Amino acid sequence: MRMDESGRSGLSQIAMMPIHFLMGVLDAPLRWLQRATGINGMAAFFLLPNMMIFGVFVLLPFFINFAYSMTGGTALFLPDRSFVGADQYARLFDCGSYIDPGSCAEDTFWTAVRNTGWFVVLQVTLMILVSLVTALILNRELMARSFWRAVFFFPVLLSPVVVGLIWKWILQRQGLLNFGLYSLGFDPHVWLNDRNWSFAATIGVSIWAHMGFYTLILLAGLQAIPKDLYEAAEMDGTRPARAFWRITLPLLMPNLLVVVVLVLIRAVQIFDEVYVLTGGGPGTSTLYLTQYIYETGFAAQLRNPGLAAAASILMGAVLVVLTLLQLGLGRSEKKGGRK
Amino acid sequence: MSRIVRFLTRRRGGKGWHWTDIVTWTWLVGGLLIMFGPAVWLVGSSFKSPAALAEFPPTILPYVTQKVTVEGYDKPLDLYEATLEDGSTVVLAEVRRIGVMSQMVDPAKPGEIIKVNIAKRTPVREMSFATENYTEPFTHFDFVRYLWNSVFVTVTATLITLVVNSMAAFALSKYEFRGRTVAMLLILATLMVPLSVIMVPLYSIVSALGLFNSLWGVILPTVATPTGVFILRQYMLTIPDELVDAARMDKASEWQIYWRIILPLTAPALAVLAIFSVVWRWNDFLWPLIVLSRKELYTLQVGLSIYSGELNVQWHFILAMTVVTMIPVVLVFIFLQRFITTGIAGTGLK
Repeated sequence: MRMDESGRSGLSQIAMMPIHFLMGVLDAPLRWLQRATGINGMAAFFLLPNMMIFGVFVLLPFFINFAYSMTGGTALFLPDRSFVGADQYARLFDCGSYIDPGSCAEDTFWTAVRNTGWFVVLQVTLMILVSLVTALILNRELMARSFWRAVFFFPVLLSPVVVGLIWKWILQRQGLLNFGLYSLGFDPHVWLNDRNWSFAATIGVSIWAHMGFYTLILLAGLQAIPKDLYEAAEMDGTRPARAFWRITLPLLMPNLLVVVVLVLIRAVQIFDEVYVLTGGGPGTSTLYLTQYIYETGFAAQLRNPGLAAAASILMGAVLVVLTLLQLGLGRSEKKGGRK
Repeated sequence: MSRIVRFLTRRRGGKGWHWTDIVTWTWLVGGLLIMFGPAVWLVGSSFKSPAALAEFPPTILPYVTQKVTVEGYDKPLDLYEATLEDGSTVVLAEVRRIGVMSQMVDPAKPGEIIKVNIAKRTPVREMSFATENYTEPFTHFDFVRYLWNSVFVTVTATLITLVVNSMAAFALSKYEFRGRTVAMLLILATLMVPLSVIMVPLYSIVSALGLFNSLWGVILPTVATPTGVFILRQYMLTIPDELVDAARMDKASEWQIYWRIILPLTAPALAVLAIFSVVWRWNDFLWPLIVLSRKELYTLQVGLSIYSGELNVQWHFILAMTVVTMIPVVLVFIFLQRFITTGIAGTGLK
């Protein structure tokens, strides 16, 4: 042990003593176990805690979700519930016209589907545009690049509840936005009481909160593009715009596609920050799918776990397709890299 | 002065300003304002008194009306600068207000009431930080409880995550056994099963296990994160198998190999996972919201969302509590930002 570190490691050794002791005590029975199972048998022991937790809290719920979606009533536990077959699905799809949620038996579900659809289309498009532009700008020769990168990354770590509250405070009647408009001579507006503005706010706020993450992935992709390609293009007299379309975009495409799918998967599940910011309102203007499932399953007066399970399976199907798309893209990206 | 300007506007390569430079700097400075502005505004607002928060237009810094204790009156009175009928301005204290007329007294001569139209008086204000926004929630609300619950959930879940995931990663990286690929695929497949899809059955399982309204019900379902297994396994694959073989020659048990050799060597990856796990668990919202229905069990995030959803939102407390909730994450951001950004750029995981 080096002298200059002895003080610190002495302290940490004392702190680690109970843990070392615990691990030492565990060693004796585990040696016995090892003698019984053999060395490779110990692999099962190491895997066991993780697999048990996976099994109980992920796999089991995943499978019994299907069973739930085929039962009715308000009882919580599966044995107490009555089998209704595909009734829950039938109820979800019982519509006069799928374009008009008002004509459906479960009109809030279709409102949520429609809202989520619009949200996904607009949020994903804008998110990709904003992240891409930011990544391109951060990829230029910049003073203090890591500082600027950190600036855009900052909100990513904030909790969705904090994000929701920050913006609720800014968009409220006496908020910063109205203050700004007032100083410029415009009339204040209660943004979150307005159906369209509060829908726009959920899009804007979710982009604000997450764009830094996607910018980071895109920036990593941009920095992996060899600089000599651009030098060669410059020597050939290629205009920068053409270099962007012919070099940057094609070479960034694998990263860009992965980001698109990631944004899509997250957008479909949007809940936390919206729930705090608007609570789904005003009315049902910002009611998205996850909130519908949450409220149908837990919060509503007459909760209906079967219906919530059926809706969540439909959402899950969409997510599985998107994830498979992502895995497929990841594979083709690797193949592309080997070329 | 002009040299400074020239230095600040100097471009790399000595060329002049191109339109793309203007776009770049507009975007960056705009980004700085939009990204940090809202959070700074929140912190600033959290030091304002309820009266100052209700004001429109708001002030940038927290101001309150000065008060003065006048002989003959129990409560301290608000101070105003009033314009009298003869055109002179004096500083008076307001006793009461009737309609548009305000009854005021001169603090020096408390006997005599002076009537002033409310349009002709402006409050005397001073800057003051309402630190009671921070101190009162600790006594009035169960704020300390929420804080403690959040810390407990975050620390416990992170410790369990590290142990359970490193054990699994050890098994998946250093052993050859049948079903290894299946186990690996199974773990990765769970990435496809987000909470929002399985919350109904998960809730029933957690209830059946007696974990409803228990912090353990919040902790346990989150600890076997596929991302964690993945990060740790990738790292352990780089540790040479010879080390493990040599230890076996020396009669070390498998448990000792895991504990004495593999874990210390995996420290960097464990640190990354620990940082991620702390941020994830601290920020978790939907699942705690479902599992915890008793007030004294709320985590900070749940408590904040419930209080901010009430009809009469006590914004001065909410804002201060939000700032406290932000602190750990902001600390992580300041000290470990580089760690996280390179981690994300390297693995594409969050």
